[in-house]
Amino acid sequence: MGWVKFITGLVLVVLLSGTDVGSACAQESRVPVPKPPKGKGEQCVRETSFMRANHMNLLLHQRDETVQKGIRTKKYSLRECIACHAVNGKDGQPVSYEDPKNFCRSCHEYVAVKLDCFECHASKPPSKKAAAANSENGYRASGVLPQ
Amino acid sequence: MSETIYSESKPCPALFYGALAVIGAVAGIGLLSAWYMEHNGHYVTGMTNQIVWGMPHVFAVFLIVAASGALNVASISSVFGRTVYKPLARLSGLLAIALLIGGLMVLLLDLGRPDRLIIAATYYNFKSIFAWNMFLYAGFLGLAALYIWTLMDRSMKCFSSVAGMAMFIWRLSLTTGTGLIFGFLVARQAYDAALMAPLFIAMSFVFGLAVFVLVTIAATWADGRPLGDYLIRRLGNLLVIFIAANLYFVTVYHLTNLYAAEHAGVEAFILTSGSVYTWLFWLVQIGIGGLLPLALLAAFRKTMCKFKISLASVLIIIGGMAQVYVIIIGGQAYPLVLFPGMEVQSSFFDGVINPYTPSLPEIGLGLGGVAVTVLMVIIGIKVLRFLPVSLADQDIDPLYKAAATE
Amino acid sequence: MSSKHNQLSDDNAHSARRRFLGQVGVLAAGISLAPGVTLNGIAEAREADQPASDKVRWGLLVDATRCAEGCDACVRACADENGLSGHGRPETDAQWIRKVTLRDPKTKATQSLPVMCQHCAEPPCVDVCPTGASFKRADGIVLVDKHTCIGCRYCMMACPYKARSFVHETLTDQKPHTPRGKGTVESCTFCVHRIDAGGQPACVEACSKTATGAMIFGNLNDANSTLSKALADHPSSRIRADLGTDPGVRYRGL
Repeated sequence: MGWVKFITGLVLVVLLSGTDVGSACAQESRVPVPKPPKGKGEQCVRETSFMRANHMNLLLHQRDETVQKGIRTKKYSLRECIACHAVNGKDGQPVSYEDPKNFCRSCHEYVAVKLDCFECHASKPPSKKAAAANSENGYRASGVLPQ
Repeated sequence: MSETIYSESKPCPALFYGALAVIGAVAGIGLLSAWYMEHNGHYVTGMTNQIVWGMPHVFAVFLIVAASGALNVASISSVFGRTVYKPLARLSGLLAIALLIGGLMVLLLDLGRPDRLIIAATYYNFKSIFAWNMFLYAGFLGLAALYIWTLMDRSMKCFSSVAGMAMFIWRLSLTTGTGLIFGFLVARQAYDAALMAPLFIAMSFVFGLAVFVLVTIAATWADGRPLGDYLIRRLGNLLVIFIAANLYFVTVYHLTNLYAAEHAGVEAFILTSGSVYTWLFWLVQIGIGGLLPLALLAAFRKTMCKFKISLASVLIIIGGMAQVYVIIIGGQAYPLVLFPGMEVQSSFFDGVINPYTPSLPEIGLGLGGVAVTVLMVIIGIKVLRFLPVSLADQDIDPLYKAAATE
Repeated sequence: MSSKHNQLSDDNAHSARRRFLGQVGVLAAGISLAPGVTLNGIAEAREADQPASDKVRWGLLVDATRCAEGCDACVRACADENGLSGHGRPETDAQWIRKVTLRDPKTKATQSLPVMCQHCAEPPCVDVCPTGASFKRADGIVLVDKHTCIGCRYCMMACPYKARSFVHETLTDQKPHTPRGKGTVESCTFCVHRIDAGGQPACVEACSKTATGAMIFGNLNDANSTLSKALADHPSSRIRADLGTDPGVRYRGL
C-alpha cells in the first residue's frame, strides 16, 4: 500500500504549505475593516447590533412572505433596504453591487460571505429611463419585436 | 468448484496510471465544460427555450438507466439463484454505483443553479416524479453499497439474498421512475405514455448488461485473469433476450402512437420525415444498436468469444445513445401542439421543428460523467476485492464442470 | 385586524362594482375604454400585510376577434414593465408573452392572439417541479420562486403552452419589482406586483390604452366582475382544454 502513504504525504505537504502561504500573506496586508456609510434616518428597522447578526433572517422571512403569499409590507422589504442604504458614486448616482463601495458588498467582502441576492434583484434604487430604453432596443435587435 | 477467491486488481503500473491520467483528463474536461456553461449561462450550449434538455441529459439518462441494468448479473445471482453469476455480483454492484454517480453528476452540473444542491436535497414537492427520483437514486446507492457489504463481509453473508431482493425491487422502481419523467409529460406528443416505464426497464437491461460485459472483459484483461468462454456465451444469450425486449417495447410504443391520429404528426416526424432523428432511429438505434448485434450474437451463439461480444456490446451502446437521443431531443424538436389542426406562427418558434446542435461543452460534460464512472470502477477494483481471481468456466460454473465430467 | 381588512376590501369591492355598473353598457358593447381611463379598481386592492386569498382567482379574457394582426402593444408593454432585455438571440431570449398567428389550412382564415402563461388551476409545471419552486398562489397566479428554483427546466418540458423561458445568461439592471437571474426559469407573473398594488397587468393596460382593448382582466370568482360578466355574455374557450388544466386565461372567437 505504498501509494496510499505517498498520496497521504502529498496531501499533507500541500495542506501545510498552503497554510504557511496564507498566514504570511495575512501579516503583510490586513484587509481594512469596512466602514459602510449610515443609512438614511435615525436608525434601521431594528437596532444595529440586531441587524448585523440577523438581517439575513429578516430578509429570508420576508422573502417567503412576499413571494409565496403576496405580503408586501415595507418594513423588512429588500427594496426598502436598498433605497435607504444606497451609496452614491462619483457621478452622484447610487452604486450597484458591482462597486466595492456598495453597502452590502463592503461588509460581505470583508467577512467573505458570498451572497447571490443581486444575481436577480436590483442592487440600487431604480433609474427608470435607462432600463426601459435598453430592454426595448434589445428586443428589437433580437427580432422579437418588429424593427 | 471451490469457493471463489477475490483479489485486488493488479495491472502493471504503467497501464494503471496511464489509464488514470487519460480518464482523469477527460473528467477534468467535463468539469471545465460545466464551469464554462455555468459561468456564461446556457446560451453557450446548443440548448434553448425550445430544446430545454440537451446532450447532458442524453448522457445522464443513458448512464442512470445503465446503472440499473448493470445490476442484472447481481439480480440473476442473488434473486434467481444462478450461481454461475455469483462471482461477478460484486463488480455488478460497483459498476451500478459508478454509473449512477456519473449520470447524476452530469445532471447536477447541467442545472441552471448547481450551487443549490442543498435546496434540491431539502425542498421536496412530492407530486413531482423528479423529487421521487432523488429518493430512488439515493436509496439505490445506499442499497447497492449494502448489497456489496453483504457480499464482501462473511458475517453479513446471511443477508445477501435479502439485500439482493431489495436491490432488485429498487432498481425496477428506479428505472420506472426515470421512464415516468417522460411518461408523465402530458403536453408533449412524443411522451405522455405509461409505456415509457417498461420501455426504460427494457433499455436498462440491455444497456447495462452491454456496459457490464465491456467492463468485465477490460478488467479481466488488465491483469490477465482468466474469463471462460462458456460464461461469455451465457452473457451473449442474455443480451439477445434483452435486445429483443427493447425492440418489442419500441415497436409497441410506435404502433400505439401511429394508431392515434393526434400523434400522427410526431410519428411521421421521427419515422419518415428524413430528419436526423429518422436516420438515428432506423439506422443507428434499430439497425446498428438492435438488429446488427442481435444477428451477431445469434449467428455466433455457439462460438461467442470476447471479441464478438465486445463488438456487439459497443454496437448496443452506440444504438442506445441514439435511442435516448431520439427520445429526449427528437421528442422536443417536434413542436408543442397548442392549436390542433391549425398552422401557427410566432416569434417564439411555435409550430416549427426546433433545430438542435449539441455543443462541445455539453458533450464534454457528458463524457466527463462517463470518465468519472470509469475512474470509480478502476480505482474501486484496485483497492478492494471486487474481482474473482479466476472467471474460468471450470472455476465458476457447476454446469460446465458437470458437462465436462460426463 | 382581519375584520377591519375585510371591511376595507368589501368597501373597495363595492365601489369597484358601483363604478363598473356604470360602465357595463360600454364594456358589453365593445370593451373599449377611452385612452387614459385605466381599469384600476378591478383589482380589489389588498392591504400590504394581507396575504393573497383564494376568494379571488385572477383571470384574463382575450378577445381574439379584436386582436389586430401585427399589433404587439402587449408584448412591448410586458418587455418594458419586466425589463425583459433581449440579447439578440431569439432562441434563448425570454418571452413571457408572444403573438401567435393561426391559419386554418383548409379555409385559409387567419387570426392573431397573444399567448402567455395561462395561470392554470391544475398547472403541470407545479406538479413536476422537484423543489416546489414552481407554485400557484392562493389567488391563482402561477409563479416561480426563484429562490428555490434549481434550473432543472422540467417545468418547461411539462408546460403545454410553451409559456416558460430559462434565463440563459447573466443579467444586470433588473427592474426592482421583477427580479430575474441566470439559471432560473421564469414566465408571465400577471404583473403580480401591480395586482398586489391594486393595478392590472401591463399588457392589459397597454391593450386598452394604445391598442384595440381586446383584453379584460379580473376576478373569475366574482360573478359581478367585468371579466365574469363578459365571460357570461359570450362563449369563450381555453387553449388545450382537453388537458384539463383549467387555464385562467380564456379566449373569445378562437
